[in-house]
Amino acid sequence: MSTISAPAGTRRRRANAPGGAGTLWTATPMTRIVLAVTLVISAFPLYYMIVIASRTNTEATDMPPPFLPGGKLGENIQRVLSNPDAHYLTGLTNSLVIAATVTASVVIISTFAGFAFARLNFKGGKILLLLVLLTMMVPLQQMGIVPLYRLMVNLEWVGSIKAVILPYLLNGFGVFLMTQYTQQAVPNELIEAARVDGASTLRIWWNVVLPAVRPGMAVLGINTFMLTWNDFIWPLLVLTPDNPTVQVAINSLNAKYGTDYVLIFSGTLMSILPLVVVFIAFGRQIIGGLMEGAVKA
Amino acid sequence: MSLHVDAGQPTRAPMPPSRKRPQPRPGRSFLTWLDLKAAPYLLVSPYYLLFLAFGLFPLAFTLYFSFFDYDLAGTVEWTGLGNYVAMLDDSAFWKAVVNTLAMFVLATVPQILLALLLANALNKRFKFQLFVRLGVLLPLVTSVVAVAVVFTQLYGRDWGLINWILGWFGADPIDWKAQRLPSWIAIATMVDWRWTGYNAIIFLAGMQTIPKDLYEAASIDGASRRRQFWQITVPMLRPTMIFVVLNSTIGGLTLFAEPTTFYNGNVHGGTDSQFQTVSMFIFEQGFREFDYGYASAAAWMLFLLILIGSAINFLLIRRIGGNK
Repeated sequence: MSTISAPAGTRRRRANAPGGAGTLWTATPMTRIVLAVTLVISAFPLYYMIVIASRTNTEATDMPPPFLPGGKLGENIQRVLSNPDAHYLTGLTNSLVIAATVTASVVIISTFAGFAFARLNFKGGKILLLLVLLTMMVPLQQMGIVPLYRLMVNLEWVGSIKAVILPYLLNGFGVFLMTQYTQQAVPNELIEAARVDGASTLRIWWNVVLPAVRPGMAVLGINTFMLTWNDFIWPLLVLTPDNPTVQVAINSLNAKYGTDYVLIFSGTLMSILPLVVVFIAFGRQIIGGLMEGAVKA
Repeated sequence: MSLHVDAGQPTRAPMPPSRKRPQPRPGRSFLTWLDLKAAPYLLVSPYYLLFLAFGLFPLAFTLYFSFFDYDLAGTVEWTGLGNYVAMLDDSAFWKAVVNTLAMFVLATVPQILLALLLANALNKRFKFQLFVRLGVLLPLVTSVVAVAVVFTQLYGRDWGLINWILGWFGADPIDWKAQRLPSWIAIATMVDWRWTGYNAIIFLAGMQTIPKDLYEAASIDGASRRRQFWQITVPMLRPTMIFVVLNSTIGGLTLFAEPTTFYNGNVHGGTDSQFQTVSMFIFEQGFREFDYGYASAAAWMLFLLILIGSAINFLLIRRIGGNK
């Protein structure tokens, strides 16, 4: 177990590991078949994306369809990058800037609020936290879309990535997660000790809380980055095709060149690469974070 | 991730020392007092400022707009409940509701069952555990748009892989986009491909918290594996199940990107709106027809739909849990 994975999970797994009590049953052949089939189904659409993206359109519409990658990937990617309607590189850059800004801000805002809710006593704190939980149930993307759009029109922000970034900074899940995590990772005694030493609240946040909740911040950061990178409906509305996110750029390709499969597939393939890299690099933490959060119910 | 405040944390209770303020040095006492009183509000203020601007403000205005005829030209005219009354009579709206509910059921029921079975398989002992779990989660990383692009190709009428496979069994090629049921099935599989593995991992987490002696006792009593699964595992998973189902309800009823991409980025949802969801209906009314008031009313109807759907599912799951 790396030190980055969530603390409670580590303890639970360790406690269970000796004697094999953690998992009662060894996998039967049936289990192995179920898992193998699942892995094939999980990977196949992604593999197929590579197959089509590396072929020509004639090959892509062959019957039976091709099952092995061809040699045209570089050429197809070139076509995507130079396509005048997609503005693909701008889209990639915008997505990167948006996702990075949103991730950094959400993590900091949530760590602040999580510390206050978990470890500071203040009037109205419980009600404010309840409000966060309630708003997590409301699909703001659909519910607020008309006024938010009018707001962006009035601010003359339509077409600018500011219009995409700002609404994303509101993230109730982040506050909730960091509240949970701070409760778990920062003992009250540590904070009391720092207070006795005369440290101010902000100083305690910086010197005591921040180092302890770093793993939680990592989980929240990865999660936020993926969601922001993949989001579609709001950027589609407030951005113009000449200054898109990568998802909007793919949508432009899809709308204009619906039958040019290799073009669309190459664009799509490139759009998921950054996420696959993040996923492979932080896979252990992603799974640890998911499983930690799930059993809090 | 869960929807409940973790009240079980003993450390949350105020402890005696925390009530005692440290003895401040003279002259700094006011600053210390201010720090103790004001700092918490300062720390939560960024979130609530954002909440006011991008949460409360839009919600309140959506409600406000829904009582007006409000269009692109800026004409604003009070109609009271006019938008809502018109919507109850609008067959396009009801069609979107039926489409949304049908796709939700078609996607969610198999998804939960498959996720349970998969979680059960993942809960066994085998090699390469991390690798397998990562593989199961891989679809989640893929953007919705990317999923929809690939599946739209797989479900293509003329050159799609799925029709080709169906052809082995002598089936005629299906025009998946043209009719309601096939298009719903196609979209439901996109949703399931992306989310089944995620839900399985969540169920797995729940399964690992079930005390092992329950199974040992059941084995001694001679209960079969299958029986143990349905009589112990499933009822004990109730809290996790509630989380997964409520999550799927919100996600399923607000479905947008898959059906939109399935029709090449058009929110009309097929030639005859055969797979237009309520979210797409809101988008179309608001930003294609520029009928802001009507779109706002539709947004509140969607919210109502989610509340009803969540309540029904919550009660259903409670009954499943009560069967022990």
